[in-house]
Amino acid sequence: MKTNGRNDDYSDRAKSERRLGWMLAGPAFIIMLAVTLYPILQAFFDSLFAFRLTAPDERQFILFQNYVTILSDPVWWRDLLVTLLITVVTVAVELVLGFALALVMHRALKAVRGWLRTAILVPYGIITVVSAYAWFYAFDISSGYVNSWFNWVPGIDQDLNWFAQASTALPVIMASEIWKTTPFISLLLLAGLAQVPDELTEAAKVDGATWWEQMRKVIIPNMKAAIMVAVLFRALDAFRIFDNVFIMTNGQYGTEVLSLLAYRTSISRLEIGLGSAVSVLLFACVLLISFVAIKVFKVDLAGSTGGKR
Amino acid sequence: MKSTGREKLVWTLISIAVLVYALFPVASIFATSFKAPGDLTNGNFLPTPGLATLDNYEQILVGDAQGLFLTALWNSIGISLIATFIAVVLATLCAYAIARLDFPGKKVILTTALAVSIFPVISIVTPLFNLWRNIGLYDTWLGLIIPYLSLTLPISIWTLAAFFRQIPWELEQAAQVDGATTWQAFRKAIVPLAAPGVFTTAIIAFFIAWNDFVYGISLTSTEAARPVPAALAFFTGASQFESPTGAISAAAIIVTIPVVLLVLLFQRQIVSGLTQGAVKG
Repeated sequence: MKTNGRNDDYSDRAKSERRLGWMLAGPAFIIMLAVTLYPILQAFFDSLFAFRLTAPDERQFILFQNYVTILSDPVWWRDLLVTLLITVVTVAVELVLGFALALVMHRALKAVRGWLRTAILVPYGIITVVSAYAWFYAFDISSGYVNSWFNWVPGIDQDLNWFAQASTALPVIMASEIWKTTPFISLLLLAGLAQVPDELTEAAKVDGATWWEQMRKVIIPNMKAAIMVAVLFRALDAFRIFDNVFIMTNGQYGTEVLSLLAYRTSISRLEIGLGSAVSVLLFACVLLISFVAIKVFKVDLAGSTGGKR
Repeated sequence: MKSTGREKLVWTLISIAVLVYALFPVASIFATSFKAPGDLTNGNFLPTPGLATLDNYEQILVGDAQGLFLTALWNSIGISLIATFIAVVLATLCAYAIARLDFPGKKVILTTALAVSIFPVISIVTPLFNLWRNIGLYDTWLGLIIPYLSLTLPISIWTLAAFFRQIPWELEQAAQVDGATTWQAFRKAIVPLAAPGVFTTAIIAFFIAWNDFVYGISLTSTEAARPVPAALAFFTGASQFESPTGAISAAAIIVTIPVVLLVLLFQRQIVSGLTQGAVKG
């Protein structure tokens, strides 16, 4: 019942359907705009001022000075680097691990399939803060057992304080992030696997393709869309990492990420103007990543999507 | 596929590996939650037999930390349930319109939902922090429920829209032809088909609200509204001289139990909900 333009067959019924459609969908749409578009515009406005909550009377319009301050500060670039490192490493590991888990779930015997899926869902449901504490206490120098379990590994002994330097703290932070979010990526990949037509795999088998050839020539190319979407979503999610870092190191010893920098500047130090500028820059980074992904990798987001937090 | 003995063995081993991977950190914090303060630092995974204690649970449920933990738990349950309820009601209406009605702007709504879900939460927090302080929403339930909608609404809309698209809407017309009124047709033919999707969406949205940390620590300052994840991070223990490791672990286990129960009960629905919303869109 699709009609084009304002001609006569644009019936009353179609008009009332349009109105009803917007009446039903409108509230959700307006709320989404109100809870995100409005704050980001406000953040942009605030970012143009030198404004500390502790000295509200000294509020002063300074145009883009806050942005200059941030972008010329090595802290921003260090935090950006740490964030990108975490994003790249976690997404790469999660893709491989998530794919392995998806294959296991896909091929598992009926008897264990349900159990495996339930177990894999547990990390997805657990609060990130809880997972962060679990990993933190396991590695912590006083309450941990990792040092005594792995003291046969060169470099690990009773006195290793994992959270006192970035080179050991970041791997633990990444491990907890990977543990917590791999289930999500593996479920997406499982759905992608299920969409690969069986006839194709069968045909490849008949032609004598090895397991690896089937993967590389048939299965993975047919799952490209699912893989792209999974990677993009996880990448955006990892780029916003906050909870794990906050709990484990609170950003000390060179482990600070961009979300934490924004939090520290605005909420802890009450530098609203500067903090807003960090927020806007972080938002710009996320936009840039999505834009590049959509253009370069041709991810069709409108056709297929997901989300976690 | 015949399952031979060898195949069974391989799958047993793989299953064990997956179970260990998925559950080990949970087991780890579970073990820690039974350790007495003096037993925390000996580098063992399990509490020393004989020293294992329920003190940590006692401390947060009936002891010194009771006020802190139970209020936070109550805040978390209340705020997450209300945010989930609002999101699911609005998303149901919205997704119904998208799946069933013909109106311009469907794509705009879905794209907006997508854009909101990739929004960095921290970018919203700074202006809200400032605004909430000015209008008195700082450190209140409502002050968290509103921003939580930015987490729960988009995924609810996507999941439900995907779900509703698969409903055979002709059933409704068929029922009307058979003499049912519009409302009867909707209620008898569509509601039973839509209910599982709405329920699944509610569980997923609840998980997401329950998991929030950034809003929780930024927009609250006291027990008035602070949810569990934030309370855990700021929990300093009963005594200044004792690290609250055991108490935090016990609290972590208590907030994990409902999640694990939900996962156990609704594993199938959660998987289908997540993947439908995610891949089929």
